[in-house]
Amino acid sequence: MSDLQDLYQEVILDHNRRPRNFRALDAGRKAEGYNPLCGDRLTVYLRVEDDVIKDATFQGSGCAISKASASLMTDVVKGKTVAEAEALFDRFHRVVTAPPDATVEDLGKLSVLAGVRQFPVRVKCATLAWYALRAAVEARDEIVSTE
Amino acid sequence: MTSVTAISAQRTTSLDVAAIRQDCPILRQRVHGKPLVYLDNAATTQKPQVVIDRLTRYYVAENANVHRGVHWLSERATDAYEEARATLRRFLNAAQPQEIVFVRGTTEAINLVAQSYGRSHVGAGDEIVISTMEHHSNIVPWQILCEEKKARLRIIPMTDAGELDLDAYEKLLSDRTRMVSVVHVSNALGTINPVEEIVRIAHQRGIPVLVDGAQAVAHTKVDVQALGCDFYTLSGHKMLGPTGIGVLYGRSSLLEAMPPYQSGGDMIRSVTFERTLYNTLPYKFEAGTPNIAGAIALGAAIGYLTNAGLDRIAAHEHELLEYGTAALSQIPGVRLIGTARQKAGILSFVVDGVHPHDVGTILDREGVAIRTGHHCCQPLMNRLGVAATARASLALYNTREEIDALTAGLSKVGEVFA
Repeated sequence: MSDLQDLYQEVILDHNRRPRNFRALDAGRKAEGYNPLCGDRLTVYLRVEDDVIKDATFQGSGCAISKASASLMTDVVKGKTVAEAEALFDRFHRVVTAPPDATVEDLGKLSVLAGVRQFPVRVKCATLAWYALRAAVEARDEIVSTE
Repeated sequence: MTSVTAISAQRTTSLDVAAIRQDCPILRQRVHGKPLVYLDNAATTQKPQVVIDRLTRYYVAENANVHRGVHWLSERATDAYEEARATLRRFLNAAQPQEIVFVRGTTEAINLVAQSYGRSHVGAGDEIVISTMEHHSNIVPWQILCEEKKARLRIIPMTDAGELDLDAYEKLLSDRTRMVSVVHVSNALGTINPVEEIVRIAHQRGIPVLVDGAQAVAHTKVDVQALGCDFYTLSGHKMLGPTGIGVLYGRSSLLEAMPPYQSGGDMIRSVTFERTLYNTLPYKFEAGTPNIAGAIALGAAIGYLTNAGLDRIAAHEHELLEYGTAALSQIPGVRLIGTARQKAGILSFVVDGVHPHDVGTILDREGVAIRTGHHCCQPLMNRLGVAATARASLALYNTREEIDALTAGLSKVGEVFA
């Protein structure tokens, strides 16, 4: 059960049950992330002013990992510049795609998702919201796919 | 006399599951330190050693190209390949061996019919009828055809339990209907559709019927002449055979009139730069070097299934289905999706508050392999109002203990997501 406990940590289960920032934004940028393997869909909404992410929210349906990841991501990127958010995605991506036994960078709150690296087929669940975020900051109002 | 009767009665009722498990080497594996419980048979089945050995023997002792060489090896390969065709003919009870066309699988078989029969028989304003519970492979080829020909796709509706509405089906048919294409056994729900009835209704109006048999053939006896269908498709890997080999059965009168699907070697009788004469059936539809080893090993898989006895396999799987249905129904928060009266060994379900992917991951760590997702049936998922389901699908080698492992795994899911 230890791998499973790493994956389904209490924080993740909590974000799955009560996702933060789970609403639409009327104005601003949005983009949809779609994982064709499982049919999960998330829409990420951003309010960007002077290159700073003032607000980030999401809506959609997905597994515990994709929902918790979106919930944590929208919390963490608020107040960051677009460039900082993009850089954080790169670091997050490195952590969740690292070999299962590798030591990984501490990403603060986001580190609860580091257990995903022991479940390679679930990496796309953890990164779905981030791909949508990237599309939204680039103001591509289109569906981005994990495939 | 009494003892003979007793033995034959026993033969028709019991399957030697322990021996079958021994025959499939992969089932001895452990996964994450637990015995493998393989419940993803609708995706693909595992292979008995005789099938694996048949592939090897072909490459060790018989490999040559078919229908060409005058040499000894080529003759042996050709004989084995054509013997596989004869085995398939008997298995499906097709009237003639040339009605058995080897293809890559059900997907290619349906594409062949849509492109060859469809493009020559469907025009603007015509209609193709399929059902709500089709796999994408029995939707998209017709969609492409309809788009090209400005024809229309009509959909047979379904009840909440997962049964086709036959009255609505009959009303859908018109003098513009050019083809009915329906699944025999639904991969996502397990529903066994009343194919004979569907065919009878279509034939009253002279409409041909294709039956997608991918999920049926390893689990129930199929007789294409009794069903009356015009086309029947199957995939070898879902019936203990290798991947990359499948069959299109087609009524010879229809196949004769159809143009080739792919072209090249083997499908021709003579070629000049001015004109090509096509080969006879079934070679007209087998362009290029076929999957010879695959066809021969599929023949071995059918031999294995026939030996085990499809009636006994069906009875065993039905017993497991009832056992599993009762077990899953007792777990709080678990809801079965697909409760048709006529069902094959498929247990599709959702767990309250837990996404199927999370269910799948937790079960995997218990050694239990199931499928999660939309099962290539997105329109069906939309109809059911779910994004995805978890699906346990049974085969002849599954046991009650494996159903117990599934239910134990589901309690773990409950614990994690408590």
